[in-house]
Amino acid sequence: MTGRADWKEWVRTGSPWVWLTAGTVSVSLCMVFGLLLLIAVNGMGHFWPGRIAAIDYREPDGTKVKLYGEIVDREEVPAARLAENGYRLPEGVVSGERLLIKTGNRDVYGLDYRWLAAPGIERIDHPAALLAVEREEWGNAYGYLIEVREDGRAITTSDTDGPPLTEVQARLDRKQALKEQIAHLERGRIGAVSYTIEQLRLEGRALELRGEPDPHALQAIAEERLALEAEYERLGVELAALAHEIERDALQLRLAGGEDLTIPLAKVVRVYRPNEMGIFDKLGHYLTKLAEFATDEPREANTEGGIFPAIFGTVLMVFIMSLLVAPFGVVAAVYLREYAKQGPLTRTIRIAVNNLAGVPSIVYGVFGLGFFVYFVGGNIDRVFFPEALPAPTFGTPGLLWASLTLAILTVPVVIVATEEGLARIPVAIREGSLALGATKAETLWRIVLPMASPALMTGLILAVARAAGEVAPLMMVGVVKLAPSLAVDGNFPFLHLDRKIMHLGFHIYDVGFQSPNVEAARPLVYATALLLVVIVVVLNLAAIRIRNQLREKYRASEH
Amino acid sequence: MLRNIEEPALKAVDPKGVARPTAPHGFEGFDARAPDGQGVDTRAPGSSFSLQAQRPEAPPAAGRRECLEVAGLGLYYGENKALNAITMSIPERQVTAFIGPSGCGKSTLLRCFNRMNDLYDHVRIEGEIRLFGHNIYAADTPVSDLRRRVGMVFQKPNPFPKSIYENVAYGLRLQGVKKRRVLDEAVERAIKRAALWDEVKDRLNDGAMTLSGGQQQRLVIARAIAIEPEVLLLDEPASALDPISTLKIEDLIYELKTEYTILIVTHNMQQAARVSDHTAFMYLGDLIEFDETKVLFTKPKRKQTEDYITGRYG
Repeated sequence: MTGRADWKEWVRTGSPWVWLTAGTVSVSLCMVFGLLLLIAVNGMGHFWPGRIAAIDYREPDGTKVKLYGEIVDREEVPAARLAENGYRLPEGVVSGERLLIKTGNRDVYGLDYRWLAAPGIERIDHPAALLAVEREEWGNAYGYLIEVREDGRAITTSDTDGPPLTEVQARLDRKQALKEQIAHLERGRIGAVSYTIEQLRLEGRALELRGEPDPHALQAIAEERLALEAEYERLGVELAALAHEIERDALQLRLAGGEDLTIPLAKVVRVYRPNEMGIFDKLGHYLTKLAEFATDEPREANTEGGIFPAIFGTVLMVFIMSLLVAPFGVVAAVYLREYAKQGPLTRTIRIAVNNLAGVPSIVYGVFGLGFFVYFVGGNIDRVFFPEALPAPTFGTPGLLWASLTLAILTVPVVIVATEEGLARIPVAIREGSLALGATKAETLWRIVLPMASPALMTGLILAVARAAGEVAPLMMVGVVKLAPSLAVDGNFPFLHLDRKIMHLGFHIYDVGFQSPNVEAARPLVYATALLLVVIVVVLNLAAIRIRNQLREKYRASEH
Repeated sequence: MLRNIEEPALKAVDPKGVARPTAPHGFEGFDARAPDGQGVDTRAPGSSFSLQAQRPEAPPAAGRRECLEVAGLGLYYGENKALNAITMSIPERQVTAFIGPSGCGKSTLLRCFNRMNDLYDHVRIEGEIRLFGHNIYAADTPVSDLRRRVGMVFQKPNPFPKSIYENVAYGLRLQGVKKRRVLDEAVERAIKRAALWDEVKDRLNDGAMTLSGGQQQRLVIARAIAIEPEVLLLDEPASALDPISTLKIEDLIYELKTEYTILIVTHNMQQAARVSDHTAFMYLGDLIEFDETKVLFTKPKRKQTEDYITGRYG
């Protein structure tokens, strides 16, 4: 009896409600942090140098093989399945284990991952001398270092059990220096020369298109072009010399099967012996790999190397999107709230704007492709870049169209938020300004808009959060799997809005689902996802910081 | 009809020839208001407006000049009539108070003097208000110029979320004054006139929101007089303030009437009696009685006025 009364009293106090609401919040928080943790653990673990195991394995048919590789995964499988594969377990055991080994050496074996049934494994040990070679192509190679070669001849060393790693390291440093020279030459001087040659070609074509080309002008162009081509040739020779230099060294590896593999050092990223590395060595290696991931370009169909172009593309696109969407959204909101006569028409427009936010993003992608790329871009090409046709300049997906498509995708959010901000400015403040002889426009510009700017920033924060994570429409309007060059470089006009870009969201899709090498790609999907989340959070925090400063600055009296 | 009552009174109060108050703090611009039309606008260079053109050609025949004339003013909120054929004449450089019960239209009337009611779409106005003879509701009157000449202070202090300095400089900046020295001088002059200088002189760059309510209201008055208007409209300027701040505002009004024509709406009859020279009593959109304050409060001619001031209704 009292229990029931207590219960009713407890319900009446509202405590169950508090528990319910708090519980919901807790569950949401757990899910968010659980997701982040999962991504972080899976993604960040990828860069830790794993030990290389030397495994003696008995195939189902009885032949014995030796394998070198990293054990990357273990899995329980039913006994029946092992039996199917030729491994009988003792009576009464229902399941056994199988191991996923990253054997590397894809150029030799064809595959670089392999499942081994645990019952077939006879011995696992971790010899200290096993070497991991990270390559620019074909993934990792594992084996014993037996020779370092220079111009095809083996270098003799005093060491009896093979050349020391320091020998390789020194040559690797030399190769790295050469590689940087080559990159500098290709990207910098050769890039600039070929860019200028292309500009000259377009200039000449433009003169021709205008009809009656001035022979002097054409002559000047031809001369300049000849000079540039000579320069190009000279640089080409320089480049060939460097390329020859870099090909000098190679190393020879003895693989698990006993065969030897010669790897040119030009294709080697780094070599290390994980089995003899201490914790600090591993940590150093880990941090280097992490930095490389964030700052390097992708290799191997995006499954190796870094994702810097994708980070750069994402941030740049969101930035340009913000620059486009903020003024547009504000102007629209100002008209709707301040100038338009409030009535059924404005209400309808407002509803339409709100509903725009709910249109599936792929629809915006199709619209962007049809309207921006083909119609607007095509016409821009016809009017401004006829000399480049039929090669499109703006009539093809690119950074500008991707940013614009995202801008129209997010503009409803900015309009709604700004309108709410405008509506919150007290009438008293507006009247104060008008009473001093300000016109409505002056009041808007000097008082109302600054005071509404925190609300605009709120809208922008939501827009950025949505835009940075959007993938579907971008596939149609400018994001590609691999962009040949960044959208910002040293050639005038420095920011190339017509170029295609890479994007983290699309990168996740591409690596995760379009990659030929699923096992190699999986950890990268997690790592890229983590990075995308981090970037969205950083962009948001920056915007929130700006908003809070504005809020502090324009805080009106609360009455 | 009411005009007949007030006119002789006006003439008695202030015969022509009363010395104009000397301009404090080098208030040269003040001469521009001279009724003979000879004043030179010596306002800040770059100041875009000149009041010369809108000044009457000649002073009135006798007595204190009429600043504002209201003729048959009616105002409708949609279908509802809020003001009913108001006709009155407000003298220059005096304080005129408007009293009456809530909803009688006194604030509405006050907002007619700087066309603040224009902001509402559903307001319709008939009749005329003449500022020194010029109808402010004429089609060719630029509203922002009018509001520069007729300043307004609202019931609740409404400083902008800017610094104290920028609040006062706002009106001048609107007129295109950019020179720091000119702004500095004008801001200091206005804040001194609003009796706020000693309290804020060391923190002009602090936010205006850091001031107390009373200080904010004086800041708003400083903001209004910084652009040297001819008329100041005060809409219950002290009703949101404590008694001490109210007293300061009243002192200020008393000070300011030497330079400005002041119209004040108040709920507080003592306040009206203390600060005003003339008082108008309004009821349900009608101007019931308009007279010298001491006459209206001691010998009201209308029964309704008497009932109100003795507290029998309202």
